Amino acid sequence: MQTTKPSSVPTESKPANSLWQRLSTYLYLRPRLLLALLLGPPLVAFVLFYIGSLAALLVQSFFSLDSFTGLVVKEFTLDTYRQLFTPANMDIVVRTVTMAAVVTLTTAILAFPVAYYSVRFAPPRLRPWLYLAVLLPLWSSYLVRVYAWRLILAKEGIISWVSNLAGLNWLLDGLLSLPVIGGPSLTVSWLGMYVVFVYVWLPYMVLPVYAALERVPTSLLEASSDLGGRPGHTFRWVTLPLAFPGVVAGSIFTFSLTLGDFIVPSALGNSSFFIGQAVLSHQGTSGNVPLAAAFTMIPIVIMALYLTVARKLGAFDAL
Amino acid sequence: MTDNNIAVQFSNVNRHFGEVKAVDQLNLDIHDGEFFTLLGPSGSGKTTCLRLIAGFERPDSGQIYLYGHNVSALPPYERDVNTVFQDYALFPHMTVEKNVGYGLMIKKVPAAERQRRVQDILELVQLGGLAGRKPGQLSGGQRQRVALARALVNHPRVLLLDEPLGALDLKLRQQMQLELKTIQQQVGITFVYVTHDQEEALTMSDRLAVFNQGRIEQVGTPSEIYEHPATPFVAGFVGVSNLVSGKTAQAITGSPQMFSVRPEKIHLADPAAPVPDDMVAADGRVRDVVYLGIMTRYLVELNVGGDLTVVEQNLDTSSKEALTARGRAVRLLWYRRHCRHIPAAN
Repeated sequence: MQTTKPSSVPTESKPANSLWQRLSTYLYLRPRLLLALLLGPPLVAFVLFYIGSLAALLVQSFFSLDSFTGLVVKEFTLDTYRQLFTPANMDIVVRTVTMAAVVTLTTAILAFPVAYYSVRFAPPRLRPWLYLAVLLPLWSSYLVRVYAWRLILAKEGIISWVSNLAGLNWLLDGLLSLPVIGGPSLTVSWLGMYVVFVYVWLPYMVLPVYAALERVPTSLLEASSDLGGRPGHTFRWVTLPLAFPGVVAGSIFTFSLTLGDFIVPSALGNSSFFIGQAVLSHQGTSGNVPLAAAFTMIPIVIMALYLTVARKLGAFDAL
Repeated sequence: MTDNNIAVQFSNVNRHFGEVKAVDQLNLDIHDGEFFTLLGPSGSGKTTCLRLIAGFERPDSGQIYLYGHNVSALPPYERDVNTVFQDYALFPHMTVEKNVGYGLMIKKVPAAERQRRVQDILELVQLGGLAGRKPGQLSGGQRQRVALARALVNHPRVLLLDEPLGALDLKLRQQMQLELKTIQQQVGITFVYVTHDQEEALTMSDRLAVFNQGRIEQVGTPSEIYEHPATPFVAGFVGVSNLVSGKTAQAITGSPQMFSVRPEKIHLADPAAPVPDDMVAADGRVRDVVYLGIMTRYLVELNVGGDLTVVEQNLDTSSKEALTARGRAVRLLWYRRHCRHIPAAN
């Protein structure tokens, strides 16, 4: 078939002659090399600085501290772990895990209505503002927020003042007199710690739940309603199961963050230690790096198990 | 209204979204047991109409009756109506069996009976062995059948179908059209079907309504709509319009009134062919030829102005012969009675 070409159309494609163009063509034709170049530096940094230093610390957990000289004996031993599994130290672990679980549960219950409202009922123009409102606390320093709560929860703080005005002092005193979780004041009790933990980790739970709920197509909710499902049925059989992976994803954040935290327990706790404080004290004060390292292993192992279960429950399917 | 022969009745129904009138003073009766299609282009209000029957939308004014009961204010879960959605809306986290049995589970049907009914309906839509699969493991056609089964198993009085065959390829779509029609006749339920594909509407419906901008332009059987279009829009939307008016109409028929003639009714003849008394003629030149296998479509430019589309079966013509017609002078002949006079659009 004869075709006539207009004279203005060039018959060859332009050759790449600048260095940049030749380089970009070279890399385009070698995708694996490009990948290696892109991933290489961050991976090296990650492996060397993060994993390497973490491994260096954890190796220490198989060493022991010579109580006489105060020096670390660099020989493989399980003595440090035997020290870890004593009742006093196990108390610390149980305490921390329990707090993490309770905080996770509470944030899940609080985050769900917020996310659900934002996705299903909020007018589209309001939605970015709601998103922003949830994220806004994260713009300020974590330490500032914790100490702000100290002020709020203190004996002379806002909570006491409001409860005074509202005549709810009996409630406040009653809560504080509860065994174990109470204390002389909200700022020196697990109750206060719990409140602050829930506050600081809430955005980390709202966002994954929001994302999961957003992915539920409206047609599914209509289908459930069409088949006779009242709003309660639709929530139980359609919305909740589909949003659950989002809750699991959020719980990974809240659980692991609570396990490792030492600032909130220091600011609002009493003399009983949490894992984070134990690590800090053993490492810093007594120089017992092996025991600190052994304590560090605990959250790592717990989170590894948690992540495995979360994966089975489908929290990473969207990735 | 207690007329039990009318499955669905719209009475002066209005529904607007802001400035746009999606459904405008709609009045419609759908009879019990018929396959009724709502046909129209995108945005014509047919889907809104369907959603009004289902209960996902409420009318701004007017009433909707299902078998004589006023359901205008009832939510979807209180109406004896089930829907097959355009995107199937299968629950991704449930198996086919749980999906289909969902409505029965809500109604607390005992497990044994539920399982039996689910199995029966899956056999009906030819998906017998797939009860344990999840929607993600099914093909498009299979998912469509699960959606159908899920709606039918509840024995609704009216089944609503929102362009359910849109995502399927042509062969599968044609097969499903026949299957849906067969199932409807077997089960005896009233089907209300929404589509923008006029061929689909003509194939499957007992009666259909043609929608345009929130209003119904015509309601009738497929042959009524096709042979006797009531408005220029219907003539143009269902089949090729070949609308002729004004001076051109005057020159051909002797009267300036607008008429339409269906393309298959026109014969392509030699320019010198005689014109019988009961026929009319128009001379012109073939501008374009499209070979469609079964038939050939000719676009003829008339000497008196305007175009007419002519369709002829390829009885003796091969594609080569058909394509040589391009540029040829021809005389178009058709029977005077095939001129359908159309009242001008209001």
